[in-house]
Amino acid sequence: MSPRTLAAIEAAALPILAVAAALLAFGLFAAWGGYPPLEVWRLLFVGAFGDAFSWQNSLQRAAPLMLTALCVAIPAQAGLMVIGGEGALVVGALATAAMPYLLAVPAGIAGTGLLLVAAILGGAAFGALIGAMRQWRGVNETISGLLLAYLVINLFKHVVEGPMRDPASLNKPSTRPLEESLLIGTLPGMDVHWGLVWGVIACAAASLWLLLTTHGFATRVVGGNPRAAGLVGLPAHRLVITACALGGAAAGLAGGFEVAAVHTAANASVISGLGYAGILVSFVARHQPLAIIPVAIVLGGFGAAGSLLQRRLGMPDASVQVLLGFAFVLILAAEVGRGRLRWPGSRSRSAA
Amino acid sequence: MNDIVLPVLWAVLGGAIRVGTPFLFVSLGECLTEQSGRINLGLEGVLVLSSMAAFGGAYLSGSAWAGVALAMVAGALLAGVHGVLCGLRRVNDIAMGIAVMMLGTGLAFYLGKPLIQPQAPTLQPIVLGGASSSAQLQAALSINPLFPIGVVIALALAWLLANTRWGLIVRMVGDSSDAARAQGISVNRVRTSTTMAGGAIAGLGGASLTLFYPGSWNELLSSGQGLIAIALVIFARWRPLACLWASLLFGGAGALGPALQSVGINSAYYLFNAVPYALTLLILILACTPHRRLQGAPSELSVQR
Repeated sequence: MSPRTLAAIEAAALPILAVAAALLAFGLFAAWGGYPPLEVWRLLFVGAFGDAFSWQNSLQRAAPLMLTALCVAIPAQAGLMVIGGEGALVVGALATAAMPYLLAVPAGIAGTGLLLVAAILGGAAFGALIGAMRQWRGVNETISGLLLAYLVINLFKHVVEGPMRDPASLNKPSTRPLEESLLIGTLPGMDVHWGLVWGVIACAAASLWLLLTTHGFATRVVGGNPRAAGLVGLPAHRLVITACALGGAAAGLAGGFEVAAVHTAANASVISGLGYAGILVSFVARHQPLAIIPVAIVLGGFGAAGSLLQRRLGMPDASVQVLLGFAFVLILAAEVGRGRLRWPGSRSRSAA
Repeated sequence: MNDIVLPVLWAVLGGAIRVGTPFLFVSLGECLTEQSGRINLGLEGVLVLSSMAAFGGAYLSGSAWAGVALAMVAGALLAGVHGVLCGLRRVNDIAMGIAVMMLGTGLAFYLGKPLIQPQAPTLQPIVLGGASSSAQLQAALSINPLFPIGVVIALALAWLLANTRWGLIVRMVGDSSDAARAQGISVNRVRTSTTMAGGAIAGLGGASLTLFYPGSWNELLSSGQGLIAIALVIFARWRPLACLWASLLFGGAGALGPALQSVGINSAYYLFNAVPYALTLLILILACTPHRRLQGAPSELSVQR
């Protein structure tokens, strides 16, 4: 068993163990509240992957998570911890909904493409701003990303309830709904919108970019060892800001789909914590774009099962949030086990 | 003109203390934690969880001060999760902070579900403006009873960190863990205890949210006040007394939106809500420098590396 295979097994085993431990902890937590743990676990599985309907529900939730997870994973390759994905998503959603107010959007697929490009550009600008503040002014990207997210959420609410409000939206302030021809439909034979395909494509593209292109490699060098990157003359500022912009673009696209495929207009429903859930997805996937795809499906599945827990057992709607919180804490704590996995009889790798 | 300016001015001044008190406690807690060289972004989660605990404690026991005590315990326990786990090898304190933020918020929403409707006993204000005839002045001078406690904690922290053996140990662990280890000090134990103490102090901020202002529990209670407070510590250059002034400044900025709304200026409500975030970002952009660490920053702090 070569050290490399062992490391690969370990990379997969640690997150799986951590999620299993989170499920166990959540079961105990539920039991403490008087809910039957076995039934909780069964419903989590049934609600996520029990039948075709729940599969579709899970995939539906996984689509935006893939894109918002990239907003964490790509900057992480450049050594930054950007967690403002919720903000980039909101900017993307706002850009999509604002386009028909700004110019005459052509009907049909060209118009839809234009809306999504606006979402991508909006998200990219958001990400680039975080990267630029970090590189040029030394502002910690984690804190600035979160603050910017709260800032744009307030701007979003201002615009949606003020200048861009559709007078017809009485109880729930919204922008004008997009025209029918601009909306994004579902995949043939399924109830899942096209965002899923684009999420998978984005993860695959990000993975190829990181592993096969010089630019992607240079980004990983900057993230892995900034001093070495400086010595060989890599343009760290440009690479870091580009990585942040790419991540922001992915989350912005998620916002575009939320408007054009799910809500048909920008309103408060867009702000539902998808950006924050994406952080967890990226960490469980260890910031590897390809690994994001299955992780997003599993965690999206738990999200889908949440409503079943609520309906069948009367558990609070925040149940899944608690489960994901346990998972996040445990996944990070599991890092301590890295390099400790040994084949019986071989030497410890952490000593090497 | 005076009809608008004066009420707004009084509301902002009163709001500086009312809105600023949670900022004060969270920034003091974070200041203590960061002095020992660790950053705890989880204080946002601590704030939400402890505000729920305070409300629950006050509701079940019938005493607001029992709620305050429970908030401190809940804050210390959740921060303790961060403190203990960050002591493990390879565990990143910034990422763990985000995880603790999510866990704390999730637990608060889960456990706080039955608390959304009921009324709990609230803390009685300290009324300083009783002699004044102006209602606005009276409202502005009804002070959160936790605020003086915060001032005392700020003074005590400043003195303890500067003048005592305990303060020296905390600062040494924050500036050079190697030096501390050479002295036979357990770095992890010091950091875990400052993190827990920081959580307990931040818990007081949570208590002031549910037991004084706004005075009830719901899921929209905290919208990043904990994070603003963490950024405030950078603005305050890790000095407890500067945290006090910074919190009052931000409390005033945060009170501007509701103050204008109360005199009928509604149109830009969310824009005024955005002011504290924009102000924090601006301050960070001006205060930070790309190439050297900030003056006053503990050198072990991971945001500085």
